[in-house]
Amino acid sequence: MIAAHLPALQIVIPLAAAPLCLLLRKGDLAWALSLLVSLIALAISAVLLSQVLAHGPISYELGGWAPPWGIEYRIDVLNAFVLLIVAAIGAVTIPYARRSIADELPESQLGGFYTALLLCLTGLLGVAITGDAFNLFVFLEISSLSSYVLIAMGRDRRALTAAFQYLVMGTIGATFIVIGIGLLYMATGTLNMADLGARIPALGANRTIIVAFAFLTVGATLKLALFPLHFWLPNAYAYAPSAVTAFLAATATKVSIYILLRFFYTIFGPAFQAEDLTLHSLFIPLAVIAVLVCSTVAIFQINVKRMLAYSSIAQIGYMMIGVSFDTVTGLTAGMVHLFNHAVIKGGLFMALGCIVLRVGTCQIDDLAGLGRRMPLTMFAFVLGGLSLIGVPLTAGFISKWYLVQAAIELDDWVVAAAILGGSLLAVIYVWRVVESAYLRPAPENAPDEVSEAPWSMLVPTYILIGASIYFGVETSLNVGVARAAAQFLLGGAG
Amino acid sequence: MSGSAAILLSILIPLVGAGLIALNGRNPNLREAVTLGTAALLFIVVLTLLPEVSAGGRPQATLIEMLPGLPLAFEVEPLGMLFGLVAAGLWIVNSVYSIGYMRGNNEKNQTRFYVCFAVAISSAMGIAFAGNMMTLFVFYEVLTLCTYPLVTHKGNEDARRGGRTYLGILLSTSIGLQLLAILWTWQVAGTLDFTEGGILSGKASGAVVGILLLLYMYGIGKAALMPFHRWLPAAMVAPTPVSALLHAVAVVKAGVFTVMKVAVYIFGIDLLRDTGHGQWLAYIAAATILIASLVALTKDNLKARLAYSTVSQLSYIVLGAALASSWSVIGGSMHIAMHAMGKITLFFCAGAIYTATHKTEISQMDGLGRVMPFTYAAFLIGALSIIGLPPLGGSWSKWYLALGAAESDQIVMIAVLMISSLLNVAYLMPIAARGFFLPAPHSPTLGEPHAASVGAAAAPQTRGIREAPMFCVVPLCLTALGCVALFFFADPLYRLLEPIATP
Repeated sequence: MIAAHLPALQIVIPLAAAPLCLLLRKGDLAWALSLLVSLIALAISAVLLSQVLAHGPISYELGGWAPPWGIEYRIDVLNAFVLLIVAAIGAVTIPYARRSIADELPESQLGGFYTALLLCLTGLLGVAITGDAFNLFVFLEISSLSSYVLIAMGRDRRALTAAFQYLVMGTIGATFIVIGIGLLYMATGTLNMADLGARIPALGANRTIIVAFAFLTVGATLKLALFPLHFWLPNAYAYAPSAVTAFLAATATKVSIYILLRFFYTIFGPAFQAEDLTLHSLFIPLAVIAVLVCSTVAIFQINVKRMLAYSSIAQIGYMMIGVSFDTVTGLTAGMVHLFNHAVIKGGLFMALGCIVLRVGTCQIDDLAGLGRRMPLTMFAFVLGGLSLIGVPLTAGFISKWYLVQAAIELDDWVVAAAILGGSLLAVIYVWRVVESAYLRPAPENAPDEVSEAPWSMLVPTYILIGASIYFGVETSLNVGVARAAAQFLLGGAG
Repeated sequence: MSGSAAILLSILIPLVGAGLIALNGRNPNLREAVTLGTAALLFIVVLTLLPEVSAGGRPQATLIEMLPGLPLAFEVEPLGMLFGLVAAGLWIVNSVYSIGYMRGNNEKNQTRFYVCFAVAISSAMGIAFAGNMMTLFVFYEVLTLCTYPLVTHKGNEDARRGGRTYLGILLSTSIGLQLLAILWTWQVAGTLDFTEGGILSGKASGAVVGILLLLYMYGIGKAALMPFHRWLPAAMVAPTPVSALLHAVAVVKAGVFTVMKVAVYIFGIDLLRDTGHGQWLAYIAAATILIASLVALTKDNLKARLAYSTVSQLSYIVLGAALASSWSVIGGSMHIAMHAMGKITLFFCAGAIYTATHKTEISQMDGLGRVMPFTYAAFLIGALSIIGLPPLGGSWSKWYLALGAAESDQIVMIAVLMISSLLNVAYLMPIAARGFFLPAPHSPTLGEPHAASVGAAAAPQTRGIREAPMFCVVPLCLTALGCVALFFFADPLYRLLEPIATP
């Protein structure tokens, strides 16, 4: 019987475990509990995905209240895919976090840290799983509030201003979303997304709907850091604890893109934004600018974490390009990249976390000579960097392949050139790190005892880096599921 | 052994070799034995494919379906067979040479050197046997990346700058242009399999063919078509064995091999000829041949001169593809082998001179021929082969290229070939002549043999023969003999290549 309640357990287990972490107080106990919970969440999400692929969407009525009155958890290919990404990244981050966080936080804060991390995981999973618009907002706030706390825990005092900046921007975004949802409720009288999707076409593009759409779109793009609404992101990623950066970079913005997709395709229907509002004529230029400008900005960063943060904004640009094409290939490309980038950037930030643990900073000059002193970590970074560039046999290549293919299908040569141009900019910023690590001698005053990172951090790093190679060769999971989701979105609602 | 097993083994063997080399880093003798053993085994495996391919068979193997409809697949056809044999065969000789050179110069990080070398050979095999453009592209990029540590081997400022140029040009052309061309081809033709007669004929026409050809030719940066040739001179900061095997044979030949493959199996010779787009490509190639030769004349650094000579010679092969006649395609393909044998000899000589005397500039090498007679004799033979004089292999490929130019009524191109030969004489012969006939300079600082303080450095004015270590000299004599052998045994080569030109 437990199998029928898996959708609820996906959320309830991490939610219930979060306060327990605070009660346990001891860092290691809280960590062990978090690890267990994250593994269970991963298992549940894997089972859910396989069920959805085999039998179609799952609907779960929370508390037995039938939708549209009660809250419905509705899992189709799209959000099963997102659930798997979030849960998998969670399950890899938590083993990694133990050493990394113990080094960056005082013992007294460890229980609180794992509480916040589990709450953030709960929120992100909840956003993905729910079929109710208001419930989505609630989970979004859970994840956002806990991520402000997590970022503020950074060792650097600038983490506080970074968290505050993110708090302000994130709250504006969330407020916009709740206003949008309120307007929709006013116009339709329902909060269930499937129900909304059924009623809105009948209302047509009246002003309330359009305003609601505008609020939701701006709110979601703020959360996903689409250029030019990205200013909160670099500082937040740069000053948060390493494990938090890895976790958020791989999940938070991805879930926000999911929100946008869900609004566009399930609630409003592809015809609404594509034909009535021709939103892609706005999104594609913005996304192209994001790719080119933020990749260029990344080249000039001296803090490698900030560099990767700017790279993330550029990569979000790639996803938005794919998503905005409104074709099966384009959506597939966007979602493949959503998956691949989660894996790649998670791995890269983890490698960077290993460096921070041993060296103490991640300024590009402090990396000099690390290729010899931390060979495994730096090699992981190089592999991740190659994947970010999109070299064949890496996941990044698969993303670029589909993105360019989608652009060529529409004869959009400018965008195709921009995608490839972004790769070349990535070569430059990745290679600055490689040159520093491998071709510069270690500085004279460098601490001698810099050695390889502990296994508990290297293994999770290599799991993600290995995955970024694996999914570049064997693509049936990422491409297959992404294509199924794309077809579902375009076919199901169109 | 079945064909498909041999194909997969030829990619796997160097990779396994690389692993074993890495494991034996602490024991240099064992490590070098592994390198040699791997090279020999690889050559034997590649050789087993030859009878089947000569008989018209096309052994195939499929590894994994990377993307729907785009597997990593292999198929051996005559051109790939030739490239595979050249790369695998010369790897053996080059490994022997590497031992002499790397030890003679006390280079650091030798294990990394041999590991990267083996990986590079593996990817060269992947390129040679690739069954579709996707597979070829994958190994093409791997080859770029695994040779980067070899180029930057010295780890100093020069190496860093050279490596930047190397990687920058090769990656930006391949990602920016070649990948775009591949995706476009996939969109237009719906397949990327190498097919006799080409996959674009009937699918694309007019300007599209022209733009695609442009994207491919400049996208294949390894073919060093001007103005994207700067990476090759930049790569000369690498140790000489790398320049010899990779930047005279494996990497650059991978480039022109790809050009040939694209011309023959993607566009199809007929399409290139009928649309007339081969025409302007021929002019670009001709310009590269002449300009690079002229630049070579101005270089005093021996390796830089050889590098520009390579740039020039590579365009012979591009010219062969561009002329799009059956003779020119055969001539161009043959030149892959002929130039490889000649140029590796010249680079071996340059490395032997450096190992023995630590000299890099041609103007310092007066009179060295009498001190290093074997090296200089080999140099002379290699140079004559590059120039294209009988009885050396290089004469055949030029002969067929000229025939091809005549066949497609491009008399200008015959003139270009002849002028180029004269330029080759002008930049290669003085080196040998100075070595044999000019008196050695009398600079006491260079000459004093300070009690073996400079290691193997020998003074030119001391009497008698002072050659580089045996491990350096024997390989260069072998490849010089190879240049002669290729003249007398060019017939099997011709028969092997015949099917690609006459489908």
